[in-house]
Amino acid sequence: MIQSIDRAKAPAQEEFDHIKIQEVEKSALDNGIPVYSIRAGFQDVVKVEMLFMNRGFDASQPLVFSATNRMMSEGSKHHNAQELAEMIDGYGSFYETEESSDYCSLNLFTLNKHLESTLPVFREILMEPEFPENELSVFRQNNRQRLIVEGERVNAVARRKFHEVIFGASHPYGYFVKPVDYEKLQREPLMSYHRKNYSSTNCSIIVSGNVTAEVISLLNKFFGSGEWKGTQQKETVTDISSHLDKKHVVEKKGAVQSAIRIGKVLFNKTHPDYIGMTILNTALGGYFGSRLMNNIREDKGYTYGIGSAMVSMKEGGCFFISTEVGAEVTSKAVKEIYKEVELLRKKPLEGNELLMVKNFLTGSFLKGIDGAFHLADRWKGLMLYGLGYDYYYRYLETVRTIKAEELMILAQKYLDPGDFYEIIVGKK
Amino acid sequence: MIQFNKTTLSNGLTVLVHEDSSTPLATVNILYKVGARDEDPAKTGFAHLFEHLMFGGSVNIPDYDSPLQIAGGDNNAFTNNDITNYYLTLPAKNLETAFWLESDRMLSLAFSKKSLEVQRNVVIEEFKQRYFNQPYGDVWLLLRPLAYKVHPYQWATIGKEISHIEHATLDDVKSFFNRFYCPDNAIMVVAGDVKTDEVYRRAEAWFGEIKRTFEKRKPYPVEPAQTERRELSVERDVPYDSIYKAYHCCSRLDKEFYAVDLLTDILSRGKSSRLYHELVKKQKLFSEINAYATADFDRGLVVVEGKLVKGVVMKDAEKAIDAELAKVMEKTIDAEEMRKVKNKVESTMVFSEIDLSGRALNLAIAEYMGDADLVNTEIELYRQVTGEEIRKSAEEIFRDTNCSVLYYHAKK
Repeated sequence: MIQSIDRAKAPAQEEFDHIKIQEVEKSALDNGIPVYSIRAGFQDVVKVEMLFMNRGFDASQPLVFSATNRMMSEGSKHHNAQELAEMIDGYGSFYETEESSDYCSLNLFTLNKHLESTLPVFREILMEPEFPENELSVFRQNNRQRLIVEGERVNAVARRKFHEVIFGASHPYGYFVKPVDYEKLQREPLMSYHRKNYSSTNCSIIVSGNVTAEVISLLNKFFGSGEWKGTQQKETVTDISSHLDKKHVVEKKGAVQSAIRIGKVLFNKTHPDYIGMTILNTALGGYFGSRLMNNIREDKGYTYGIGSAMVSMKEGGCFFISTEVGAEVTSKAVKEIYKEVELLRKKPLEGNELLMVKNFLTGSFLKGIDGAFHLADRWKGLMLYGLGYDYYYRYLETVRTIKAEELMILAQKYLDPGDFYEIIVGKK
Repeated sequence: MIQFNKTTLSNGLTVLVHEDSSTPLATVNILYKVGARDEDPAKTGFAHLFEHLMFGGSVNIPDYDSPLQIAGGDNNAFTNNDITNYYLTLPAKNLETAFWLESDRMLSLAFSKKSLEVQRNVVIEEFKQRYFNQPYGDVWLLLRPLAYKVHPYQWATIGKEISHIEHATLDDVKSFFNRFYCPDNAIMVVAGDVKTDEVYRRAEAWFGEIKRTFEKRKPYPVEPAQTERRELSVERDVPYDSIYKAYHCCSRLDKEFYAVDLLTDILSRGKSSRLYHELVKKQKLFSEINAYATADFDRGLVVVEGKLVKGVVMKDAEKAIDAELAKVMEKTIDAEEMRKVKNKVESTMVFSEIDLSGRALNLAIAEYMGDADLVNTEIELYRQVTGEEIRKSAEEIFRDTNCSVLYYHAKK
């Protein structure tokens, strides 16, 4: 039987089911390291993420935390960099590091069957790194070059300049890394940062995938002993000091496109208006059907892509709009961006638009909790702020119930173009 | 193991279903067997421009994205030399919306003039953003015509030049659609919380009436064997010199491909790989180095590329690469190194199966390669490769007369 179809009409949409989020199971190793585990999926894979909060940012040594984290696999007391890499690669496992201003992490991805063989290597990297001088010189040289290449990309320069301008050059979120910072890197500060920061008292483990009881007991075997307590560093918080000038232009010769970044310092997830602002942000520039995409790409054709974002970090956050546009239409694009922001402040969303934003966000949320690794990331997004799962249920409820007028009020409150910083890299 | 069921509608549309009830989502992946290699040499970049126009409204639906977003879904697409692939994910309960949207744009497009005008601009900005406003961005615009003289792989997916995109007309758009966007030139994979018989029924209802119109394509021009080394030197406003060595190799579809793929893994996969260890770490000649096979459906390339450390002379850098390539041509890969690269392939495959849309795409590509079950059986083909086969591949590929070199100099 062929069912009848009507091409002129959209099929009826089903209501979303009540969404239930699989939560982490909390346990602890013998030495007290908290372990958060998510067991999901069919594949026999496991991801072990060991997280360490960064403490004590020092603008005279801005790279210490990221260089320490990235260099730990470059040689230990017992094996050189090549041998460590061979041992990980030999089992087809992957070792990756992640650095952000708030935390650094070491990640191991492996098939379950190779976990027991790779964990000793992971342990050696974590506990006994030597930061050999010859490896450090390669690291300095190559990362310095990479940074200089990065400096040729208008978008990258706009991003870094924006953070410097809104957070201030001495703030960990605002520090603009320079090539000379790589030249200055020395072994001793890395050794010392490692001793202080990579301790069991500053460590959390998030483990996801096929997390069997055996996985947990292996983690305990390799990381659960009392020997790596370290000395707890005091957390220092630097004040944000935004630039006095709102508009900044960095000329780049021969640029055929300009990068535009417009925005301001805002709050993080712990603020009561954060959720509402992420919804408003979606309408403005957070998805393909957004106002900015519709106007500046789909109507004017000024750009390949434009978006806006709410960024949440431990000590604050920011809101920004970013795009790369044809150099000759730079000022027209800037004007249109402000026009779209003003519109959100003047008129509530109309027609299907709010429904579209809401359903898009709910659908995206479902995608974001699909699979063990996604679920692990969702937990990380709570843990860093001391939030619990009720945050996500509040998020879903707010998405479901928020009204167009409430979003307009948020726009009036937080998106005053008079507060915005504006960075243009390329041609004005 | 990825389970799937397969049927072909009477109009030739291939439908694959992968059931996974552990997710509330569904993915629909439609692969059209058309890419930049199908373009007219005077109208390059068209397959990709066309991909943009597929979002500009279809015969009964003025706007593709809004209804999908209202259904809680999102989507994207990509074009390469061989295929154009469209994929969307949405709550499985709203799967009907996906069938409605996808079947309508396979039926016919709106062919709006405004959409063409705007998307021409959008693609031109994409051209600038990716190829002209990035350091080293134009490498593939230079390397392709150096390595290919006859085959359409001589141009990049974005096109040879911006003017080809500027000159695209609505008639071009219509004829391209009619020629390639036919049910019998497409593979649809539906994956997630779906039931096979239900998918088959809906596929028949929504897609069944679309006419089978695909005319067999002419064989693609065959690239003659390269007989002498080719070189091109350019100077650009970039901070560091870099070098690109491209060698002709087999197609993704050939049996020998698995040895070639492992060969490039041995050279540059991971920090323990040969080129990284020897040339980045030990000799300190390169800040970055990489080797990979392009894995194209017609005969492709193995590319070795590296960024030089400041002060290193181009010729010395190249000699050092050649010395490493010579080693792999001379000596059979030992068991330990073979175990390593095979383990890596195995875990890469397992990790790539975690994501639902990844599984759907893998199935579609495998089906186009000739057998969807390759998603499950390819690992065995990798396991069977011997160290000697890799050495032979290297010997076959890394001949100087088979090489096109691009010397990309930083402006002094």
